[in-house]
Amino acid sequence: MSGGRHYLPLTEAERREMLAAIGAASAEQLFDELPEEVRLKKGDLNLPPSLSEMEATAHLGALAAKNINMRDYPCFLGAGVYDHFIPAVVQHVTGRSEFYTAYTPYQAEISQGLLQSIFEYQTLICRLTGMEAANASLYDGATALAEAAVAACAVTRRGKVLVSRSVNPHYRRVLQSYLEVRDLQLLEIPLIEGATDFSRLEEMLDGDTAALLLQQPNFFGLLEEMEGAAGIAHRHGALLVLSVDPISLALFRAPAEYDADIVTGEGQGLGNPPSFGGPLLGFFAARQKLLRRIPGRIVGETVDRDGRRGFVLTLQTREQHIRRERAISNICSNQALNALAAAAYLAAMGPAGLRELAELCLQKAAYAREKITALEGFAQAFPGMHFKEFAVKLPGNGGRLNRHLLEHKIIGGLDIEPYYPELGPAMLFCVTETKTREQIDALVGALEGWS
Amino acid sequence: MRKEQALLFELGAPGRRGCSLPQPDIPVKPLDELLPAKLRRGIPLALPELSEGELVRHYTALSTRNHGVDSGFYPLGSCTMKYNPKVNEEAARLPGFAFLHPCQPAESVQGAMELLYRTEACLAEITGMKRVTFQPAAGAHGELTGMMLIHAYHKSRNDQRKRVLIPDSAHGTNPASAAMAGYEIKEIPSDGRGLVDLKALKELLDDDVAALMLTNPNTLGLFEEDILEIAAAVHEVGGLLYYDGANLNAIMGHARPGDMGFDVVHLNLHKTFATPHGGGGPGSGPVGVKEHLVPFLPVPLVERGEKGYYWKDDLPLSIGRVHGFNGNFGVVVKAYTYIMMMGAEGLRQAAADAVLNANYLMERLKKSYALPYDRRCKHEFVLSARKQKKKGVSAGDIAKALLDYGFHPPTVYFPLIVEEALMVEPTETESKETLDRFAEVMEEIARLAEEDPERVTSAPHTTPVGRLDEVRAARNPRIIWDGDEGSE
Amino acid sequence: MNWQIRSGLKYTRTHEWVSFDGGLATVGITDYAQDMLKDIVYVELPETGQEAKSGERLVVLESVKAVSDLYAPVDGEVVEINEALQDQPELLNEDPYGEAWVVKIRVAPGYENPELLDEDEYAALLKEEAEK
Repeated sequence: MSGGRHYLPLTEAERREMLAAIGAASAEQLFDELPEEVRLKKGDLNLPPSLSEMEATAHLGALAAKNINMRDYPCFLGAGVYDHFIPAVVQHVTGRSEFYTAYTPYQAEISQGLLQSIFEYQTLICRLTGMEAANASLYDGATALAEAAVAACAVTRRGKVLVSRSVNPHYRRVLQSYLEVRDLQLLEIPLIEGATDFSRLEEMLDGDTAALLLQQPNFFGLLEEMEGAAGIAHRHGALLVLSVDPISLALFRAPAEYDADIVTGEGQGLGNPPSFGGPLLGFFAARQKLLRRIPGRIVGETVDRDGRRGFVLTLQTREQHIRRERAISNICSNQALNALAAAAYLAAMGPAGLRELAELCLQKAAYAREKITALEGFAQAFPGMHFKEFAVKLPGNGGRLNRHLLEHKIIGGLDIEPYYPELGPAMLFCVTETKTREQIDALVGALEGWS
Repeated sequence: MRKEQALLFELGAPGRRGCSLPQPDIPVKPLDELLPAKLRRGIPLALPELSEGELVRHYTALSTRNHGVDSGFYPLGSCTMKYNPKVNEEAARLPGFAFLHPCQPAESVQGAMELLYRTEACLAEITGMKRVTFQPAAGAHGELTGMMLIHAYHKSRNDQRKRVLIPDSAHGTNPASAAMAGYEIKEIPSDGRGLVDLKALKELLDDDVAALMLTNPNTLGLFEEDILEIAAAVHEVGGLLYYDGANLNAIMGHARPGDMGFDVVHLNLHKTFATPHGGGGPGSGPVGVKEHLVPFLPVPLVERGEKGYYWKDDLPLSIGRVHGFNGNFGVVVKAYTYIMMMGAEGLRQAAADAVLNANYLMERLKKSYALPYDRRCKHEFVLSARKQKKKGVSAGDIAKALLDYGFHPPTVYFPLIVEEALMVEPTETESKETLDRFAEVMEEIARLAEEDPERVTSAPHTTPVGRLDEVRAARNPRIIWDGDEGSE
Repeated sequence: MNWQIRSGLKYTRTHEWVSFDGGLATVGITDYAQDMLKDIVYVELPETGQEAKSGERLVVLESVKAVSDLYAPVDGEVVEINEALQDQPELLNEDPYGEAWVVKIRVAPGYENPELLDEDEYAALLKEEAEK
């Protein structure tokens, strides 16, 4: 007997009655048109024995217990997935099953809850970034950036994309996969001291360049001084695409102030747990003129027959279910529930809360950076302004250091030598508001004397 | 009783907050020292300002204006809106899964890697594939990944194939995904049975065909019974066979795509494996491949060695990455929990019940609605409202009328090859009473369409808002709130 | 059904109308086309100077849940587009033969399209469509 039989309401008597109603002699007969060669018989499928709910809970609990999670040990990893505090109210909202057991709100009249919440989310993303249009979400920050690159190529009808090497290396790898298969070219802009070498822009941008892709703050947590970047890109007819940390925007110049055309980013930190790297939340915002090139679902405001305000999925002709092979993207399912969490999170934080939060990150990261780089053998990798992450040159291999830190009940930073071999041993640390002084001091203590 | 719900931006008051944060426990530096003024935000940060209680009331009000599987029957064809077991949610929320960073050292996440490894083994067994990647975050993402794999496979053989064949009954994501991977699309017509027209297919097959994408059972809910011949013909010209797993729920445990000759498959964990659809996501679209495509899979893969599980990153022919990290791991946890509870027999029974429920409803509803392809269906079937249309009642009207009875409507106007299509997928988690009640209501609507069509065309009458003006929304898009004066 | 047909115009089998004035062809969609498309919500116009190739897609017309193409009825160069359609796509539904002309094409020298229908031939085509 299956442990999940309580998900199946039909009784044996009902099955017999229903089979009779459709004129079938047995359940097996329902599969008669399957070729004999491929039909599986009872017992052919080799899966682990089924568990009852109680056993499943214990089994999953045991698997979870084999992991060290960031509530057990303080975690200094960032690189696109962040340990930010999640107010209880957020999970309460996403836990309402009217939301999470629904699908894409095609039937607007019974989906006003989701549609309005997405409309609010789109508005919040635009307010954060200073853009005029946003979609209902994409898979993650990496695919959002790739979609932006593809959109830029379509808008400009050009075939080349420039990306700074200071953009998250995982994101660049996704970009490569997305562009290569369509014969679009990806070129990397070199770095100086951990930041984009903007002096190379003029020579690298040409009449076939669709977009310039930058990350702010960049992968090393550094603020890119990108004031002139949009001007140069625009002069060559290319778009400026930014990948940003939404929490930084409470404090830092908004993408609109850099005159960006498309803004993407990872929204996981807005109320979603890291969850081993997914579900994440890709956001995508753009200037009004690019509205019809935005991939994915978009919710719009309208009225019902009596003039009452309501919301619907709109501009659907961009999408795959209508335009098929001419759709601007293939995306269908997105990360709606994560977007709902982000909206509830931003509303809970409010302007004052989000700003306080960003300042806490800034201050704590600065405190940790100062302490760590004061240790012998540990040096700040790059000068400049940082947000919540910073790179440190190490006196020994980063993987080895992380094993040492685990022994001290600390989840260390990211070993970045494999991504940037030219740096030699180096580690990217992330310090958010969730790290206490005690935890930071413990990290510093564990680093001290290590070599 | 109908009323508007205020927007977040219309609620609250300046100075209110929904959350508190700790005071800094470290010595604080002047802000100017860490962030010069010229790098600071210069435009207002106009976020809502609400107390926590107001926020909860807002979202509670919104939730009551939404229909989910937990609210009622949701026979949305091709979406497999089955019940989402609650234990799955609990499992995914365990801190030992939810609070893991994807870049943690492998030795600190052995349980999570074991879960991926075990789920991979289960899905490989269920589909008849060799390896599975979890990076794709949704079905369409899986399709794109599959197309990239097929592209890389042909390229590695110095074979530049340009075309992908797709039946005219396919989901729109199929052609969109293949086009995103740079392919030209050629549509294969369906024949009178509602199946792939074998003759037409064979005429289109040549050495420029990279792949055939097939959903089996197809979107009419019909099993492609010529599948072995189709597979042989595609392989004969050097093409590959792609399985769109959207409809796997129909045959799970009864047949495997791998045994039918498919080379690549994607699954929708949010359909077949009972993970919630999340209001549009997150889903999860793992991709399984046969041996000959393993070298091209996205990196990294989970491997098991003497010292435990580790990440394997050195696949020189890999397509790279398709997701920043590990795909929607949280969704995989839920699907794994489901598979562990169902077991092989439970999954097999689920498919059998899904097919039984669909056939039972179809048999009854074909008396009041046209059934263009009257054959034994699998997990879903497609009715046509063409009889009702003659009275001025469209499939869309019937959908709206269902809302007044507390049902989510079937998928309408898809597949495109059926006029006034109503695509019904009851799933195995619905009881006979629910099916009977739904059938009664559908019959009542059919009767109203005859006797009082205006009642149907003016529906819905009891929903939080009436029929919405989609034309207005599309002509003058207003996609963010800009205050009372309007955005344009 | 009773779809309007204007005299003095030429038609295509894909439901565009053309009016010739010297070497200039004004192109729009027929009353039948607008009725089939229902509420048109957006028009993706070509740029002036763009080449038009007979039988190939020139303009994309969008309704809420459908996309269809306007095909160029002649070879030539787009010399004018109806900008008003950008903001008021509904004109196509309201006045397809008048205010809602779509593009003007300077016909390539010597070009003739023998496939164009006169009003009687087009009326016969619509009769066929109605009987389908």
